[in-house]
Amino acid sequence: MRLLNVKPTRGQAVILAALPFALTCAAYLLFSHLRLAENPNDKLLPAVGGMVQMVTDLAFHPDPRTGDYTFWVDTAASLQRLFIALSISTIAALVIGIVMGLLPLAGALLNPYVAVISMAPPLALLPILFIVMGLGETSKITLIVIGTFPLLVRDLALRVSELPREQFLKAQTLGASTWQIALRVVLPQMLPRLVDALRLQLGPAWLFLIAAEAIASDSGLGYRIFLVRRYLAMDIILPYVAWITLLAFLADAALRWLQARAFPWFAVARAS
Amino acid sequence: MSAIQVERVWKEYGDQIVIEDISFEIERRGFLMLVGPSGCGKTTFLRMLLGEEAPTRGTILIDGKPLAAEPDCDRGVVFQRYSVFPHLTALGNVMLGAELSQALLLGKLFGAKRRAVEEEARALLDQVGLAGAEAKYPAAMSGGMQQRLALAQALMRRPKILLLDEPFGALDPGIRADIQALMQRLWNETDLTVVMVTHDLSEAFRLGTRILAFERSRNRPEERERYGATIAKDIAIWPPRIAGGSKRFNRSGRDDPAKTGASSGRPEVQAS
Repeated sequence: MRLLNVKPTRGQAVILAALPFALTCAAYLLFSHLRLAENPNDKLLPAVGGMVQMVTDLAFHPDPRTGDYTFWVDTAASLQRLFIALSISTIAALVIGIVMGLLPLAGALLNPYVAVISMAPPLALLPILFIVMGLGETSKITLIVIGTFPLLVRDLALRVSELPREQFLKAQTLGASTWQIALRVVLPQMLPRLVDALRLQLGPAWLFLIAAEAIASDSGLGYRIFLVRRYLAMDIILPYVAWITLLAFLADAALRWLQARAFPWFAVARAS
Repeated sequence: MSAIQVERVWKEYGDQIVIEDISFEIERRGFLMLVGPSGCGKTTFLRMLLGEEAPTRGTILIDGKPLAAEPDCDRGVVFQRYSVFPHLTALGNVMLGAELSQALLLGKLFGAKRRAVEEEARALLDQVGLAGAEAKYPAAMSGGMQQRLALAQALMRRPKILLLDEPFGALDPGIRADIQALMQRLWNETDLTVVMVTHDLSEAFRLGTRILAFERSRNRPEERERYGATIAKDIAIWPPRIAGGSKRFNRSGRDDPAKTGASSGRPEVQAS
């Protein structure tokens, strides 16, 4: 039988999915053990017990100096920035993307402009943001918005123009105005596609968040990682990285769930 | 007064002449069939009737008034595909026309008005044989059901003219026969002038009151650009079909030549 025709059973699929995770963990444990056996003070691959101890301290014991629960304060700060920034860029992209895709005049006005500015590397703009807006929350949020908005808006405009021409004609024969077409035909069909686009932008959003926090901040997951880097504190960095990964994965899963729940028609319509 | 008057209409795309000097009139409640080989401009002509495209020269009058330059609710349309909205249920698709006309700002009705429209839409769905499928999304429906839905959706707005662009071309023969019978019944019961493009000659003779065959009179490669399609044949169906009249002759809906006094010897036209 050809390899491309061999399909895993349910059980096999579970085992196969777990395998890379298990191998990664095993490799870490092995090399950590080897290094620690050679030098008990090695900081590069700390023992799991040490990392658990460290995270427990950060998460459940208040910092003696500030009285804060560092782990949760960092998480809240980062998630808040991410949430505000993604809300802004999503809503703006939805409105502007629909206008650009639906109205030829708006498309002619904005398409070339967005195509050019979306090529400006956001991280190169970061110093400008810090100079103009200072080191506070505004500049960090703006960086994430600048980093995610252009792709979202271009994707949306493209999706609108991909809607079959027949739908717009049909809506007009039903007496719809431009506004009504935007509201009843385009918007509801764009929302599930926006969720797709947003899922793809979660990665870049985290990237810009960590970058902004690394350079100037006093809280946040990225700030903590870059702060303790000075002390080679891998027992904090590694759990933080794992936590960020988990948060990003959960956000992606939540969006996927939302899409399936809120737009039951979409999966079938997309497949056909 | 005739429902549609076409006066010396030409359509050109750049140097390419598609339609050349076409003039004819369609009487009210007629059922006009446009047939012809692929690429002979019959769909282009339907688009001009829809208002999606303007004639290069000549005028089209509807009820004696010049055709609006964009699609409006005087003219309903059903395409071969994409005629219904994938994000709305069957009921939602049919209600849309009424909702758009009654709720200018939101395009959505609530409360008592909504219930009234919903009742009307349910009756219409029942009329096209879709009772019980109200909550289904189009993607979960067969091709035949989707076209029935598209008909109901178009009729909800009570257009004067219904334009059909090969609406049954992609359906299985059995399902096509059913939906043709439905189309004939709707034409008989509703105050409608129908213009339909089809590839299927038997469909044309079965449903129409009159058949226009479009053809390029000169079709040699070097002539193709400079000569467009003209009306090669203008066939009135005999015995004449009159909308709403079939019941007078025969309850089965057949036009019986013996009863209408027409000369025998012609094959009887099957209505189903």
